Amino acid sequence: MIQLAYLIPLFPLVGFLILALFGRKIGNPRAGWLATLMVFASFIVTMIVFAQVAGQPAGGRLHVENWFTWLSFGSVSIDAGIQIDPLSLTMASFVTGISSLIHLYSIGYMEHDEGFSKFFVYLNLFVFSMLMLVLGENLLITFLGWEGVGVCSYFLISFWFTRDSAATAGKKAMIYNRVGDAGFLVALFLLIERTHSLTYTVIFSRLSTLSKGDLIAISLLLFVGAAGKSAQLPFFPWLADAMEGPTPVSALIHAATMVTAGVYLMCRVNPILHLAPDAGHVIAWIGVATAFIAATIGCAQTDIKKVLAYSTVSQLGYMFLAVGCGAYDAAIFLMLTHAFYKALLFLGSGSVIHAMDDEQDIKKMGALRKVMPLTSLTFFVGWLSIAGVPPFSGFWAKGDVLSNAWVVSPALWVVAAFTAILTAYYMGRQYLLVFLGDRRWSSDGESALHPHDATWKMSAPLIVLAIFAAFGGLLNLPFGSHVNFLETWLNPVVGHSLLRNTDSALQLWIFGIADAVFAVVGALIAVSLWRDAVNRPRLEPRFLTMAWFIDASIDRLVARPSIALAALSSTVIESEVLDGAVNGVAGAFKVSSSRLRRMQTGYVRTYALMIVVGLVLIVSYFLIRSGL
Amino acid sequence: MLSVITLPTINYTAILPELILLGGMLVLLALVSVIPKDFASTTYASLTQCIGTASLVSSLILWHDVARNGAFQAVAQIVNVDGFSVFIMVLVSSILVVAPAFAVDYLKDEKIAGVEYYILALVSGAGAILMGASNDLILIFLALEILSIPLYVIAGLNYRREASGEAAIKYFLLGAFSSAIFLYGIALVYGATGSTNLASISAFLARNNIVTPGTLYAGAALMLVGFAFKIAAIPFHMWSPDVYEGSPDGVVGFMAAIAKVGGFAAFLRVFVSALPTISSIWEPVVWVLAVLSLVIGAIVALSQQNIKRLFAYSSINHAGFILLGLVAMSSRGIASSLYYLFAYSFVVLGSFGVIAVVAKTHSGSADINSFRGLGRRSPVLAVIFAIFLLAQAGAPFTTGFLAKFYVVSAVIETHSYAIAVIAMLSAAVGVAFYLRGVLVMFSGLESSDSIGSPVENPIPMSRWIWSALTTCVLVTVVFGVWPSPLLDFAKSASLLFR
Repeated sequence: MIQLAYLIPLFPLVGFLILALFGRKIGNPRAGWLATLMVFASFIVTMIVFAQVAGQPAGGRLHVENWFTWLSFGSVSIDAGIQIDPLSLTMASFVTGISSLIHLYSIGYMEHDEGFSKFFVYLNLFVFSMLMLVLGENLLITFLGWEGVGVCSYFLISFWFTRDSAATAGKKAMIYNRVGDAGFLVALFLLIERTHSLTYTVIFSRLSTLSKGDLIAISLLLFVGAAGKSAQLPFFPWLADAMEGPTPVSALIHAATMVTAGVYLMCRVNPILHLAPDAGHVIAWIGVATAFIAATIGCAQTDIKKVLAYSTVSQLGYMFLAVGCGAYDAAIFLMLTHAFYKALLFLGSGSVIHAMDDEQDIKKMGALRKVMPLTSLTFFVGWLSIAGVPPFSGFWAKGDVLSNAWVVSPALWVVAAFTAILTAYYMGRQYLLVFLGDRRWSSDGESALHPHDATWKMSAPLIVLAIFAAFGGLLNLPFGSHVNFLETWLNPVVGHSLLRNTDSALQLWIFGIADAVFAVVGALIAVSLWRDAVNRPRLEPRFLTMAWFIDASIDRLVARPSIALAALSSTVIESEVLDGAVNGVAGAFKVSSSRLRRMQTGYVRTYALMIVVGLVLIVSYFLIRSGL
Repeated sequence: MLSVITLPTINYTAILPELILLGGMLVLLALVSVIPKDFASTTYASLTQCIGTASLVSSLILWHDVARNGAFQAVAQIVNVDGFSVFIMVLVSSILVVAPAFAVDYLKDEKIAGVEYYILALVSGAGAILMGASNDLILIFLALEILSIPLYVIAGLNYRREASGEAAIKYFLLGAFSSAIFLYGIALVYGATGSTNLASISAFLARNNIVTPGTLYAGAALMLVGFAFKIAAIPFHMWSPDVYEGSPDGVVGFMAAIAKVGGFAAFLRVFVSALPTISSIWEPVVWVLAVLSLVIGAIVALSQQNIKRLFAYSSINHAGFILLGLVAMSSRGIASSLYYLFAYSFVVLGSFGVIAVVAKTHSGSADINSFRGLGRRSPVLAVIFAIFLLAQAGAPFTTGFLAKFYVVSAVIETHSYAIAVIAMLSAAVGVAFYLRGVLVMFSGLESSDSIGSPVENPIPMSRWIWSALTTCVLVTVVFGVWPSPLLDFAKSASLLFR
């Protein structure tokens, strides 16, 4: 059955091809159903393979399926193929699972959109690329998937490209990601140079030949790539702008799956990171700093999706913290639970935006709980999960990260713990402003709104995700080896690299209680501050609404000088120097081209003469060489 | 006393593909004389495709045989049956399967429908296969003529158009001229080594140290010129733009592909298997021919307005790339040249297929402006043409990219860095004129554009053209993404070389 694994990426690819060619003929909503079906089929296959692999002994769960030799140059040979192991299967199952739900949701959400079938073309292509990314048996396949998801993300952010802001946001995402990709590429070159391979299993077996410096360089360069994709400092501004895309896109790509690709990459190359602990420290500190900064920014945003965007950045920061601390299973655990509750929160916000006629300002909402009870309830579950209130899933996952951070450095733990309080606070603020308090929209008059819960296509995913968000913690309870399923499951892949010392039962309880207290404190602060109030300017300083001026600084320090340099280049360097040279060369080419053309007289005698000239030259050369 | 001529025993399976092509040709000829004149001429095309398929199948069977039992020689040691010759057989047969479909509509529209083209194509295909299989210089000369003479006639097939006749005459005169040179080369080599058998020549040169090699070298030089003419390497290329331009649109793709395949097959065979001992002498000349073809081909293509002439020069540039394999003189180099030939054949067939249908709607004008706005008029056709153009430019995920990649890496492996750099630079120049074609198709029609007022209805295309174009696109893309079967075939072809 493992041989069926090629079907996992094949289904979305087929869906993409069919929809790209005949999407418009298939029409609305059948195109959406087809896309959903394809992803769901892929999910089913993943589950079958999953069951098969899970039935095997822990040591025999690595399967590399080579389809064919794709490229070979020098001593390097790169195969096209996929690697089935616990890590890639975990990723594949959650990618296909969440994607199925979001495809279903999108049928409802996009039903009035003109680009309905085009939307699903991109979504299916995205799922295919993401699956190649996580299943690839070498870094080049992963990189192709990486670029594929990047391109889809670009198309989907600027899906409503007639809006200026959407088009700009798409470009911004692309450019930020390119910077990260440069790091990724250099890491690939370095690996080819040092290990003559890009295949994961081969690279990992040759790590002992690498110097310390190589390992650190490769780790950090890959991290640069990961930071670009996963919106870590200093690359995170693009993710906030990416919210210009349709909300299902935000849920699928910019919260649940694509942005976790960086975390996945780090976990995949854990044997390299394990040998470069210095790089791990850098990653941990950047991660926790990102988590903290993004959380503070989240406290002051008023756009319902921007709050969620910054909370995504913050949660990703936690995941990198876990990676840097060598707790790869904790990173994956948080990634999974985060995918559940963040997809839930985004889809919930999508419901709200849909119901409020595209209003996204939380200051203009309020009191939606009564008119949208289902959305409100599921959103509430999402809040408690992300805040880390026991027994919701976030509590277990975040607790896992925090206790690992403590082992590496208490300083990391302090920042992360403070961020946990902030998380509970800003999500609480959002919940209170949107669903409770006074009604700040009109239900009569000209701009009358009649918000209500959406149809089943949009509600069903909410319910499913809410159940997972609530009980996702069951995947990995920290009470011994018979209940920490995920850790045991991932052990063959990341086990050798884990830095974890086992916590005693007492430590477990202390950390658990502390985490619960942080969550509750944060939530209570939110309730006490935002139950009645709508505006608290002192809590929303410009510094935070402007996101620490990071975007502005990048704009001022990098973008504008670049643009000035570009302008200078185009006016002075390009037109005077380069154009001169290029035009000179091109002119020379043109002149020589037309000169040479003139030899083409059209007369046979000229051509024959040319043959004779060539003949005489060649024969004389040969005769001279013969020593005549 | 009368000397008895002993006839060699003939192993017919060894030359079965050639026999199928020639026998099929005879069957076609016989059919024409018995069936009524108004018989649908498309049947001839289908029959030719069937004959090509039969030849393909028998080539594959031979391939299986060679792969298992090793290479052998047949018919008094003058025919090689090895990986190399089988590769050429497969390639030529595949060309014969695809090419007739491109001609059907053109021949019908120009009212020259009939069996002639198909018969000529089959004969010249048999010649091309023999070029790859011959183990004897005399047979190579015969094969060269069998390959070329039908091509001269095909060039003049559209006798109502002056250009076609002109192309045929030019091609014929210059071809005859270069054949004479080639034949004289054979004579000199025979004089120097005492044999026309490639294996004997090679063995003789390995055993003996020739004190005055003038005759041998002169012979090699003359043969080199003969081959260089056939593959249109600069400076022996001048016939090709005129012939490409004047020849009938629907068949010029076939002419380009088959002449290159046949010419290169014998070129590689003779110089690698018969004259490797004096490679230090001829390699510099091949180096110069390759560089000239790479550079001048690319530069002159830049200023072409007629797309058929543009493709003539780009073919010269391609010839330069294929020569890189010979410059490398390694089995990897031969393999990459073969891969390149395969890739080139299908790209050039498809490209000229598109050119033919587009030119038709512009009263036969293959001016680059005929392609203006094609992206809006017939988007699918434009995308297909763009794929061929990008493949020639060397874009990834097409055979064109890997073809260039493999030949360049072959010369890098043998440390010929200078020519590798030159080749890559010429590819960069090449991108300019290929992308110009893409740009023209997808840019809007300017209002000031007077040439060929835009015809807004899509270009009508028959199922023949569609099926052939689809095949060419599939070959180009599938073997571009998944090159290993074709590459392995080419590699084993170069290893089973003898």
